Order: sequence, then C-alpha cells, then structure tokens
Amino acid sequence: MHPRRQKRLIAVVLVISLLASAIGAMLYALQQNIDLFYTPSQLVDGLGKDKIKPQVGQRLRIGGMVVNGSVTRDPDSLKVSFDLVDTGPIVRVTYEGILPDLFREGQGIVAQGVLIDDTTIAASEVLAKHDEEYMPPEVAEALKGIKHVPPSQQGAANATSTEGRY
Amino acid sequence: MIVEAGQLALTFAFALSLLLSTVPLYGSFTANQRLLLLAKPLAFGLFIFSAVAMAALIYAFCTSDFTVINVAQNSSSTLPWYYQITASFGSHEGSMLLWVLMLCGWTALVAQFSKALPLLLQGRILGILGLISAGFIAFSLFMSNPFARSLPFYPVEGRDLNPLLQDFGMIMHPPTLYMGYVGFAVAFAFAIAALMGGRFDSVWARWVRPWALAAWLFLTLGIMLGSWWAYNELGWGGWWFWDPVENASFMPWLAGTALIHSLAVTEKRGTFKSWTVLLALSAFALSLVGAFLVRSGVLVSVHSFATDPGRGLYLLAFLLVVIGGSLLLYGSRMNSVRSQARYQLFSREMLLWGNNIFLLTACLIVFLGTLFPLFHKELGLGSISIGEPFFNQMFYYLTIPFALLLGLGPWVRWKQQQVMPLIRPLAMVAVAALIVSLGVLASMQSVQANLALLGMLLGAWVGISALAEVMLRLRQFGSISKGITKLNASHYGMTLAHIGFAVLVIGVAMTKTYTTERDVRMQQGDVATVAGYEFTLTEVYELNGPNYGGQAAELDVRKDGQFVTHLHAEKRFYRIQRTIMTESAVHARLSRDLYVSLGEELPGDAWALRIHVKSFVRWIWLGGVLMALGALLALCDKRYRRKQTQREPGAEHA
Repeated sequence: MHPRRQKRLIAVVLVISLLASAIGAMLYALQQNIDLFYTPSQLVDGLGKDKIKPQVGQRLRIGGMVVNGSVTRDPDSLKVSFDLVDTGPIVRVTYEGILPDLFREGQGIVAQGVLIDDTTIAASEVLAKHDEEYMPPEVAEALKGIKHVPPSQQGAANATSTEGRY
Repeated sequence: MIVEAGQLALTFAFALSLLLSTVPLYGSFTANQRLLLLAKPLAFGLFIFSAVAMAALIYAFCTSDFTVINVAQNSSSTLPWYYQITASFGSHEGSMLLWVLMLCGWTALVAQFSKALPLLLQGRILGILGLISAGFIAFSLFMSNPFARSLPFYPVEGRDLNPLLQDFGMIMHPPTLYMGYVGFAVAFAFAIAALMGGRFDSVWARWVRPWALAAWLFLTLGIMLGSWWAYNELGWGGWWFWDPVENASFMPWLAGTALIHSLAVTEKRGTFKSWTVLLALSAFALSLVGAFLVRSGVLVSVHSFATDPGRGLYLLAFLLVVIGGSLLLYGSRMNSVRSQARYQLFSREMLLWGNNIFLLTACLIVFLGTLFPLFHKELGLGSISIGEPFFNQMFYYLTIPFALLLGLGPWVRWKQQQVMPLIRPLAMVAVAALIVSLGVLASMQSVQANLALLGMLLGAWVGISALAEVMLRLRQFGSISKGITKLNASHYGMTLAHIGFAVLVIGVAMTKTYTTERDVRMQQGDVATVAGYEFTLTEVYELNGPNYGGQAAELDVRKDGQFVTHLHAEKRFYRIQRTIMTESAVHARLSRDLYVSLGEELPGDAWALRIHVKSFVRWIWLGGVLMALGALLALCDKRYRRKQTQREPGAEHA
C-alpha cells in the first residue's frame, strides 16, 4: 500500500474507533442516567400499558400537587415531608434541605429522588418553577379535565396563608 | 404615536430586508453592477429602521404605556428606569426585536467593513444576511408583534418584569448572547456566498476569520454572564445546570470553537475547506436550533418563554428551510472543491482535526442529552429526564484527551513534525505542571488522587505549555524583547485563550472537589461553621424596596476568630408578580467564594440558610473572560486589515 494511504488509513481507523468508543460510553452513561417520570397514581398503579411499577431503590422523578396541610417539618433540622397527589393516590415525599422559593401547598412541584417503599420517596431535589401559575407539563397532562386553580385566583383565605406576612 | 412609528419602522425594515435579499442576489447572477451596489445602502437602511423600532419599544417601556400589551405584561410603573429599559427585551416579543436589531447591526457592520471584498461577494453576503433578516422580521411582525395594542381596554398598571430578570446580569446577558448567536449568521452568509461562487481559498478564510472570532467572543461572554447571573439570582449556588436552554447556547459555542480552529487551517494551509464550510453552516444552524428550543415551548426550563404552537411551527419551518437549503447547496457544490495540501500524521493539521473531532463529539453529546427526552416522549415511551451526571461524566472523559492534545497542539508544525525535538521541551512542561499542581495542592494540605489533582494537572499542562510555547516563538526572533512586538496578535490571542481554558478547567475541578455546602436551620445569634468559617446570623429584618418587600439577613463571618466579612442576603417578595426571589450574598476572593442565600422561614423564629464555601469558583468565569479576551486580541491582528486594503484594487472578480 502507498505509505501515504497507509497513514490515512491509520488515521481513519483511529478516529472511527475513537468515535465508536465515545458513542458507546455515551449510550452507557445515558442508560445510567435516565430517570422516568411518574405521577402519584402512576407510581401506585404502574406506568404505561403494562402497568410497570417502579422498584424500591429506583431513581425517579415524581410530579404532583402538594396536598394542603400535609407539610410537616422537623423542629430541629431542615427535614421536611409532604404529600403529593394528582387524581387519587397519595405519595409521601421526604426531603432534607431548603425548599424552593415557590414551594407552596396546593402548588405543582417535581421531586427527584429514590423510591424507598411503595409510596414514599426520599427526594434529593425539589423543583418548583418561578411562576405562580406554573404546573409541570407532565402534571398538567395527568390532570387534564381537572380544573387547576392558580394560587393567585384562590380565595384569600388559603392563598395568603404564606404570603400574608409580606 | 411613537409606538405606531415603531411599528411602521419595523414594517419598513421588513420591506428593506426583502429588497436586500432579492436585488443584490439578482444582480450577482446577472452581473448587474448597479444592483450589486445597492446592497450597502439597503443594509444601512435596514439597520436604521430596526434601530428606530427598538428605540420606539424602549420609549414605550420607559413611559409605561400600558396600552401596549407587551409593556403591560412585562413592566410596571414602580420598576426602576434601568429595568424598564431592559424589560423591553425581557419578553419573547421584545427579545425577538432585539435579535432582529442585532442581526441588522451585524449586516450593517459587514457592509461597512467589506470594502476589500469583491463587489459580487459583498452583494451575495449582504443578500443572504438580508434573507435571514427577512425571516426574523416577518416572525417578529406577524407572529409576535412587540407593538400590539390592547385598546380600547387596557390595564392601569403593568404586571411587572419577572423578578428573575431584575438583575445587572440580565441587562448584559441577553444582548451579549444574541450578538454571539446572530454573529454566526455572518460566517454562515460568507459560507453560502462562497458556495454560490465556488471559491474557497485562504483569502476567503482570512475574510471570515475575524467575523467568526467576533461572534465567538460575544457568545463566550454571553454564556459566562449567564452562568454568573444564574449563580447570583437562582439562589442554588450553581454555575451550570445543563438546563436545555444553557445547552442550546453551548452547542453553537462548541461548533463555533471548532470553526475558528478549522478556519486557521483553511487560512494557513488551504485545506479543510469543505469541513470549514460545513462548520460555518452548522454553527449558525445550531444557533437557530437554540432559538427554536427556547421559543417554541418544546422544552421547559427557567428560560423558556410562554408557549405558542404557531410560533414554534414557524421557527421549525424556518430552521428546516435554512438548514435544508444550505445543505442542498453544500452537497451540490462541495464535490468540486479539492484540497491540495498534503500533511503527515503528526502535524498541526492532524491535531487541529483532532480538536474538531472532540469539540463535535461534545456537541453531539449535548445535542443527544438535550433532545433525547423530547424524542422519548414523542415516541410515547413516557416522560424522562436526563440528569447532570450524564453530562458531567461525558465531559469528564472528553476533557482529559482534549486537554492533553491542546497542550501539544501549538508546538507542532504545519505539514510535518519530527517527534524527537519536541520531547525535551514537552517533558519539561510536564514536569513543571506536576510540580505546580502538587505544590498548590500541598499548600492546601490535600494531595489526593482526586478530581482536583487531575484538573490541576491538566490545567497546568495546558497553561504552562501555552506560556512556554510563546516564549519559544519569541526567542526565535532573536531575543524575547525583540520578539515581543513582532509576534502576531493572533498568536498572543491563541495563547491567552488556551490559558483561559486551563484556568476554567482548574476552576471546575477545584470547585467540584473542595466546595462545602450546607443547608442549616438558624435562629438569630446562632453560629454555623462551614469549612472553617464561622457564620453568625446577627439579624433578620423586614425589607421595603420600590416594587418588592421581603426579608433580609445579616451575617458576620469569622475565621479563626478573625473578622472576615459581613454578608447581607435577601429574600424578596415582588408584589405585582407575587413571586419570591432570592438575592444571595457573595463574598468573592480568587481562591474561594462565601455564598449565603436565605431560605424559608421555619416555625420557632428560625430560618433556613444555604451556606456554601465555594473554592476557586471565580476561576470558571475568569477562564471564560480570558478566552474572550484572547479572541479580542486575535481580532486586533494587523493582517485582517492590512491584507484587505492591499486587495482592494482589482479584486472585483470572484
């Protein structure tokens, strides 16, 4: 083979193998980092046609509305737990840390965490968007047909429970 | 009246952009010099009218004209004047107009500084830019009119600007970022014009290079400002979240970085031509993908604007036309282009090719990670999210070989490099890097085989190698003092940008390893100790701002009994938007940031506080700024101007 062609060939083979290993590593990493999204009822009843339920210990995301009056705090630390609901079943989320500014009872949130028993999730992260009217799109989809009342339009009695001080 | 004038100006701008996109292009194919000459005045007119439109919108915001829907929804009379101005591009409509203005600004700049270009090429470039402007102005005018009125019924008070956007970072971030995004349109137009004419040579590359560099400079600064803004305003103490919209700006940056490196090869060696053209096309295409992702509402993130399917569809169609059209042209023209130059396996060409491969792999990773959830959902496989660990892991693997090659790259000659002469200097660089890294970590009393050590090693390798290489080049002029004025500005620019990358890598590795983060529950008078710093919560009191209320916390920080600083963190409640915002307190030093944000009020007169001691986090932004400065330095290179004035006479045939 022509020496120049040979060099080209080496270069091409080198690049292709590099690319292949990069893509392989990428797909592997991707597989490890996919977190499925559940709503409380999907978590209890199972997801999709086959009704696949998540296993204990699985990493997942859960989105729902925070049940009014369900937020309980530990008096000495930042441990907090609350219930999430969409169309029926209730799931408990525990979390230690600072809740996002817009976390409020009755508001839609998304939590990322690990399933520790059938209906409890230890969250590592709680997300609420910086917009009062916001509902996570997945929650909005799951709640289709159920009227969502944004906090700003709720009765003064419950909407101002946390904001009244300001 | 002024608002109607703005609307009219935008309509005129649309008409001008239509003219600009047809007349010179038609002239270029019929060899009609008079039509070609029209391109320049049309470009200036386009810029003037779009500037008038933007000025009218700013006027409407500053006078709180709430009959304009855009103003009513994004501003209020209590908003400070400087935020009233920035509110004009805080919404989808306004930011689209800013985008248009920037695009027309670049077009005018090209018209101004392209005297050296052959008239034919000039007309084509401006024509393509006019075509892109027409697409965006039509979008602004028909799909998202910033001047739409709500008469006869209008609110007496506006809904205020999203509090997240009421920050200095927000004043700077969008214009800089847009300058970058849109700037790649110039490189795109150059590429298309060259494809039409079938002429690619080192002269063409020399013309494109400063434009690509300028766009890259703005994009780099814009991304860094965005990261800095998120750090200050989101209250999580993070500087990069792999948020879809951040990724949308990162993709064109990666492609643009590949482009400026590939352009170097095309300019110096006349090869990589088709590759360079493809990169110029993709950098702008990725900017458009970014615009589509942010504005169509297909992805939900902190940044995304209110969703409207019609807008998304328009942008998608525009995107497909631009990408499809340019690829078609590329495919039909590019097979005739042949690169002549030869090079060996160990040569600068090959190393720069490696650089491009790594950058594009990175781009592909970001692309996949960002869009995979979207496809997954559209295929009916359920909603998923791809977490930070995926991106972090992939970039970890990519950065190691990339940095190793980067340290090597500048030393290697074009065409062919013998291995032996490089061994001694590079071994010395490697030893120096090892000593520096171990020394730094030893002074922090933590020499471990961890990410920090790896980052320090890679950073020191790249940084010291860049410095040593520039010293070598200077010595080649006889002595360093003689060489210092003789070396090209672009060589200094490259060195500075590479040092910037080294600083960035060190910053990321050190921050990831040594940052201490604690969320604590504190009452007044409580002391929390984080990484040796004692944070005392001295006072929490009520705030009263122009358009917000809330609480402020005062903290004293001591280390080993010595007073370090006083911190003031706020939690604001914006009355009109009824939104809570965190204003974190930051005490910045080169080696560490003290970062405190005030969380929620807890029962029992206590507060949740987020206290971080973030090591070397400043280095991340410093690295970005150095990279941008490097690009600026390279832009100052004499040859971009000198050659152009020389070429002026008789450069009429392309």
